[in-house]
Amino acid sequence: MSEVLLQVQNLVKYFPIKRGIIFKREVGRVHAVDDVTFDIYRGETLGLVGESGCGKSTTGRTILQLYRPSSGRIVFDGDNLVDLQGEALRLKRRRMQMIFQDPYASLNPRMTVGEIISEPLIVHGIAKGQKAEAEVMRLLGLVGLNPAFINRFPHEFSGGQRQRIGIARALALNPSLVVCDEPISALDVSIQAQVVNLLGDLQTQLGLTYLFIAHDLSMVRYICTRVAVMYLGVIVELGNREDLYETPLHPYTQALISAVPIPDPVKEEQRQRILLSGDVPSPINPPTGCRFRTRCPLAADVCAEQRPEFREMKLGHWVACHKV
Amino acid sequence: MMSMIRLIPMPPGKITAGTAMFKGRDLLTLSDDEIRDVRGAEIAMIYQEPMTAFNPVLTVGRQLIEPLEIHLGMNRRQAQQRAEELLGMVGIPNARERLNDYPHQFSGGMRQRAMIAMALVCGPQLLIADEPTTALDVTIQAQIVDLVKRLREELGMAIIWITHDLGLIAGLAHRISVMYAGYVIEQAPIKELYAYPFHPYTISLLNSLPYLDSNRQRRLESIDGLPPILLDKPTGCAFAPRCKYVRERCWKEIPPLIPIDINHHVACWIDPRSGKEHL
Ligand SMILES: Nc1ncnc2c1ncn2[C@@H]1O[C@H](COP(=O)(O)OP(=O)(O)O)[C@@H](O)[C@H]1O
Ligand code: SF4
Ligand code: SF4
Ligand SMILES: [Mg+2]
Repeated sequence: MSEVLLQVQNLVKYFPIKRGIIFKREVGRVHAVDDVTFDIYRGETLGLVGESGCGKSTTGRTILQLYRPSSGRIVFDGDNLVDLQGEALRLKRRRMQMIFQDPYASLNPRMTVGEIISEPLIVHGIAKGQKAEAEVMRLLGLVGLNPAFINRFPHEFSGGQRQRIGIARALALNPSLVVCDEPISALDVSIQAQVVNLLGDLQTQLGLTYLFIAHDLSMVRYICTRVAVMYLGVIVELGNREDLYETPLHPYTQALISAVPIPDPVKEEQRQRILLSGDVPSPINPPTGCRFRTRCPLAADVCAEQRPEFREMKLGHWVACHKV
Repeated sequence: MMSMIRLIPMPPGKITAGTAMFKGRDLLTLSDDEIRDVRGAEIAMIYQEPMTAFNPVLTVGRQLIEPLEIHLGMNRRQAQQRAEELLGMVGIPNARERLNDYPHQFSGGMRQRAMIAMALVCGPQLLIADEPTTALDVTIQAQIVDLVKRLREELGMAIIWITHDLGLIAGLAHRISVMYAGYVIEQAPIKELYAYPFHPYTISLLNSLPYLDSNRQRRLESIDGLPPILLDKPTGCAFAPRCKYVRERCWKEIPPLIPIDINHHVACWIDPRSGKEHL
């Protein structure tokens, strides 16, 4: 598991905020992702966690080049995607797919399941007609849906089944990397385990690599091999699952983990929570220095002046904090 | 649960049977005026979406001050001061200035706090919380839960907390009722329920959850089938289509909620430990 499949280096993505009717001028920028660096190894599941608006989806979408980065490098299978255009980019992009949070919004309601899943095959000129149909049947079976459903429409399925359709579509092009953007957040609790188990089985069967974006830290611990924690556009900590959950180093990670409830009243009674004060600041004017300093219980003068460097504290365990 | 304080307009939502007793009065038989009084003063409610609790065109201060004047007969100065205290109590900094703000000027977490302040305005004895933290991030959720627990202590009010989060409720409630398709299917003191879940749905639900504090790589138990559709009134146990213990009788008769221990009630024909009928 040591071969690097994807390298994200100093990735930055700003969204301009424009005002004016005729002459649009930039009046500010959303600092959605601001200098993020990490690797993903072949066959692993890297978790990307953090609270809403911290830049998880933007990171995922920029990796897939659905957004072009403001700066930085994204090296996939040896090529920097940022330098690629047209056909060369399209060929690379086939190997990276995405599963979305809202399985309904991401499926065209006027297309049958067969059309939805075969579309990428046809667009990329891989299969059409009967061959495509046979492939759709195979994919439906792979994700645990009855192949006889091929002519049905998305609204005829439950949330969990629709997520399976989304997964089948993502797998149609035989990708090596799948970015899962909160794939279970919208599902009924009783259905989440089905989808998680399916993703696990598919990974074993097909040797997939996952970037798993989520805000449910318990589920991330269950699914992921390594975990990166984001706060306001930056990664504050990254490490093996055990290191990160057992000995979190960054004050934000510590507070985040302590805030997650455990479904066990006896443990809950004994737990000490680290309560943060205040809210996450706006990504339009993020704090100088350390992004977390406005809520950090350890903040000192240096935290406002200098941005903490992302350092490897022990093998594979990275953290960005002046006080660690 | 919404129907308990009659937030569901009578048609189309219907209370088909039963009583909802609060301090010896049956809420379902009160007149609309009486209900409004009970609802504002003695029972308060907080929601997932705080904007539903506020009037967007009035300042937060005005919405706190008015009920104090109307329900508690305070004069403007007293009401103003109490409103400020309330905002302070729920952890909103610069309470005096924030009273002049409109609800949309508050951030998500602040709005949730302001809604709690508004719910507390008349010192309710019962607070009904309908997933009030579901839309919030966990660090903010932890702040709100901590606040609510402190207020429960200080003000001695009772809370009904509606949630789908079995983690959150484990650290908050004393007793728990598990509902499925509109029925209470299990009811117990909180520790009893997590240690000795009895109903097949409760058991599966607890086994389907991952735990923050363990690397246990057991497979998550998945519950087959689909979540219930509330439109069809079941003729038997609502969980029957998904239950691995299901048998003939389950399809035909709705199991009643019966005690299996002093404080532990379950609605199931089967004892899942033995797999035999226990009724
Ligand atoms: N297309 C966009 N245009 C402008 N701002 C955006 C866009 N997408 C996301 N943002 C902003 O970027 C920040 C990060 O968003 P996102 O990556 O969606 O966060 P997350 O997935 O962690 O919730 C947020 O402040 C969000 O409002
Ligand atoms: S750098 Fe300073 S403000 Fe940031 S997390 Fe560390 S101690 Fe807190
Ligand atoms: S009554 Fe029957 S179907 Fe319902 S939960 Fe019990 S065993 Fe399952
Ligand atoms: Mg997102």
